[in-house]
Amino acid sequence: MLKKILQDAKATMGIYEGRDDRIYGLLAEFSDPGMLLHAAQEVRKAGYKHFDTHSPFPIHGMDRAMGLGNSKVGYITLIGGATGLALATWLQWWTSAVDYPINISGKPFFAFEPSIPIMFELTVLFSALAAVAGMFALNGLPRPYNPLFYSRRFAHVTDDAFFLHIAASDKQFDLKQSEALLRKAGALDVEVIEDRGYSELHAET
Amino acid sequence: MSTVHESASLTPHGGDGHHEDPPLVTGNLGFHEITQLVSYHTEKRPPSTWYMAFAVSSTLLFVLLVMIAYLFWNGVGVWGNNNPVGWGWPIVNFVFWVGIGHAGTLISAILYLFRQKWRTAINRSAEAMTIFAVICALLFPTIHVGRVWVIYWTLPIPNQMEMWPQFKSPLLWDVFAVSVYFTVSLIFWYVGLVPDLATLRDRARTALRRRLTGFFALGWTGANRHWRNYEKAYLLLAALATPLVLSVHSVVSFDFAVSIVPGWHTTIFPPYFVAGAIFSGFAMVMTLLIIARKIYGIENIITMDHLEKMAIIILVTGTMVGFAYITEFFIAWYSQVEYEQYAFLNRSTGPYAWAYWTMMSCNLLFPQFFWIKRLRRSIPFLFVTSIIVNIGMWFERFVITVTSLHRDFLPSSWDYFNPTLVDVLTLIGSFGLFMTLFLIFLRFLPMVAMAEIKMVLPEADPHYYDDHGDGHAGHAAPSPTGQTEGAEGA
Repeated sequence: MLKKILQDAKATMGIYEGRDDRIYGLLAEFSDPGMLLHAAQEVRKAGYKHFDTHSPFPIHGMDRAMGLGNSKVGYITLIGGATGLALATWLQWWTSAVDYPINISGKPFFAFEPSIPIMFELTVLFSALAAVAGMFALNGLPRPYNPLFYSRRFAHVTDDAFFLHIAASDKQFDLKQSEALLRKAGALDVEVIEDRGYSELHAET
Repeated sequence: MSTVHESASLTPHGGDGHHEDPPLVTGNLGFHEITQLVSYHTEKRPPSTWYMAFAVSSTLLFVLLVMIAYLFWNGVGVWGNNNPVGWGWPIVNFVFWVGIGHAGTLISAILYLFRQKWRTAINRSAEAMTIFAVICALLFPTIHVGRVWVIYWTLPIPNQMEMWPQFKSPLLWDVFAVSVYFTVSLIFWYVGLVPDLATLRDRARTALRRRLTGFFALGWTGANRHWRNYEKAYLLLAALATPLVLSVHSVVSFDFAVSIVPGWHTTIFPPYFVAGAIFSGFAMVMTLLIIARKIYGIENIITMDHLEKMAIIILVTGTMVGFAYITEFFIAWYSQVEYEQYAFLNRSTGPYAWAYWTMMSCNLLFPQFFWIKRLRRSIPFLFVTSIIVNIGMWFERFVITVTSLHRDFLPSSWDYFNPTLVDVLTLIGSFGLFMTLFLIFLRFLPMVAMAEIKMVLPEADPHYYDDHGDGHAGHAAPSPTGQTEGAEGA
């Protein structure tokens, strides 16, 4: 049960379980962003859940094509910002009005007006840190090893190549049928990816 | 063929369709050409001009280190700071360097929110400039405190004296503002770098290079599930950095404006400082990019249009700053406060009149030449003006800091401020620190955001391929060779 929840959470980050026979999934290459978008629509229509597209830059409309909702980074940022604001308020009040009050020109020990700059700065700081930490956490990064690195063509994904990956962990995954679907969607090439572990990856190259 | 191809590709981008924008990337570069052009410079041996520049900048950095060591050994008496002028060059330099940094954030955050796609060519290097300028800026107040070994007193760290920082002081707000600015700029820059570091990782030929770039790329694979969160986080960072950058120089201006010194105690300071910061920062970006695009041969990515747009921003912000100078005079007269009026008369006609008129001519007069389109597109003129602007902006901070202090309320304490050799060498040395960091950046990291610039190419739009045939979506299968033809034909 717990394992299932963990697997589902990891799947949202794009981390999938390999099959017992080491097969991790199929990796199909497409010629351009238009074809990739079309293929993502087809794969989604066929009912797949564990699939992802890989491209050198974000493709406009891909979230909708893949059926992904809004990113949750915003909520995490909001929590971070609220924490920063609360901390700044507490810090300034507690240090100057409670722990060690000093009378300076008869000014109040604590007032909101002079506290605003630091409240603002810490709100921004905590929001920004939360946005970045939240983004990496939701993406399951850092992820030093990814079975997709076994594909030689995949090195071009950060240059000019466009890929669609269907994970073997998907309920509908079937080597033959999934490959046929990808070919029908216009894949230039379809490759079977095996998860052979981290240690073999660099020994090979 | 290529012109037809280009105009056809740009129409769907126009949206309102009233005119066609010039291409953001010239020379018909494709995805791979951009990767190659940008990554190559981090992989090959740098050109000999790089080594020459690095030799000069690291020498200056060495001078800075010697000056700092000399200062720490002897104390702040080695500077020209005297009794009425307690804030001499260190604070002038601090404000100058913080201001330089602001253009980077403006380009990366504010222009991002305004969907100014042309920023993609220059945002990476401008952000790098921000970080290095803020490092230089943080140096000066740190060494100015005198007893630098207790600089941690500015942070709310529990200590044996059971005392806390004075949260009502603008100087402490400054500590928070500038260090938050540095942190947020750094993570913004790093987040932008991750996809490009993955590009370098995937191109790496040696194991060491692959490990190093791979470590910092965090296993990025360009997955759409990742891009989705990434773009949201990037947007939020831009939205956070925008008020932050406006607040930082406002807080810096509070250091002056919250005091009661005539010439400082004005409410116009926050917007006036922010405009000046953007003005000087853009000038610095322009100086650096004119050199970098030439040395690295990336004139097709950082095009003449980019430089012209920056010239327009310099013109606008320069005029705003000039307007603020004149407003200060008007308000001094209008306030009917004797001390305020004297402070401004003294600025423009007193012993520092030379500095005042240097500032006026560099900041208000010279940018006005940018009304002429031919001058906005002349590289030598842009280069010279960008340097003049930064000289003018350094003098602005000098005028504000020194002329206001040197004649305060009590004529018996009036004095003239003379910088010492240590002052001069420390300022020059700080340029060494800045340039050394920037050259290291140019050497090892992609100076143009590759993923972002690919995104603004017409080929990056999935619908670009829809009407590639006769205008009917899905009629002809889009051929992968179709769009590379144009690139090769150039």
